[in-house]
Amino acid sequence: MNTAQSLPQAFKSVIISLFSGFLFSIGLGVAGMTNPKNVIGFLNIAGDWKPALIYVMIGSILVYSLAHFLTRKLTSPIAAPDWSELPKPGANLSVKAQFGNILFGVGWALAGYCPGPVFASLPAFHSSTWLFAAFMVTGFIFWDFFGSKIMRIS
Amino acid sequence: MFVQALIGGLIIGVAGALLLLFNGRIMGASGIASLFISKILQRKWASHQQQFELAWRGFFLLGMILGGVVLLHFSDGAFAPQESEASAPVIAIAGLLVGMGTRLGLGCTSGHGICGISRLSLRSVFATCLFIASGMATVYLMRLLGGK
Repeated sequence: MNTAQSLPQAFKSVIISLFSGFLFSIGLGVAGMTNPKNVIGFLNIAGDWKPALIYVMIGSILVYSLAHFLTRKLTSPIAAPDWSELPKPGANLSVKAQFGNILFGVGWALAGYCPGPVFASLPAFHSSTWLFAAFMVTGFIFWDFFGSKIMRIS
Repeated sequence: MFVQALIGGLIIGVAGALLLLFNGRIMGASGIASLFISKILQRKWASHQQQFELAWRGFFLLGMILGGVVLLHFSDGAFAPQESEASAPVIAIAGLLVGMGTRLGLGCTSGHGICGISRLSLRSVFATCLFIASGMATVYLMRLLGGK
């Protein structure tokens, strides 16, 4: 961040984060995305295909595109000093990233979980969800601390 | 099914829009969670800025957990999270792949699939096509091997 964020702004921003996370979970649950069967069902194009995930993406992209359009009308975010934290436009289509996307797809299909629904599902205390979360966090840490040393192609 | 998925999607869109318009941040579950954890492990909590970086991510994750609690008890558990049917070793491998893959690919279904596509980011469109394709290929292969 380039300019300092005032304390009231930071406070407002943190409350918005809490509310956003809450709504995200509710949306995932209402959409049936916290049920791995619906996720694997979407990926199962050669079998009993469940298109629900497409409708989830249509709904969310509809609203989010509007928000993205509004960012161009605002000189800064409502509770932050500037837009500098957003990823820069311009493609970074590295081999490393594409390898990561493929790995993610395989893991996603094997269990039927992606990161969002896992956090929304933790309060249900299912052993499979917690096991998945523990290994997912291990995967995060592994790459954040050792990944760059092992894989130098980009 | 169709209506619920669409309404759920609209709610997710609002969640992402709030984080974008108020905070100027991307709602990506893998990025928020992994940076929260790695910043703690790197003890990045000295300055006010670092504390804020931890706080908003921590509160987002707390919000997700609270949302999960509501899902569990709302309308007699009609929206309660369900368990994966995969065996424990498969779940462990899947978790590891999702964790490493989203760090390498810098995003998951929410960050690339929803936010990135809406922002017309070529990188995210590419990423989403790739992980959906590799997911579909994986389910296809599992069905071949498992005979289901």
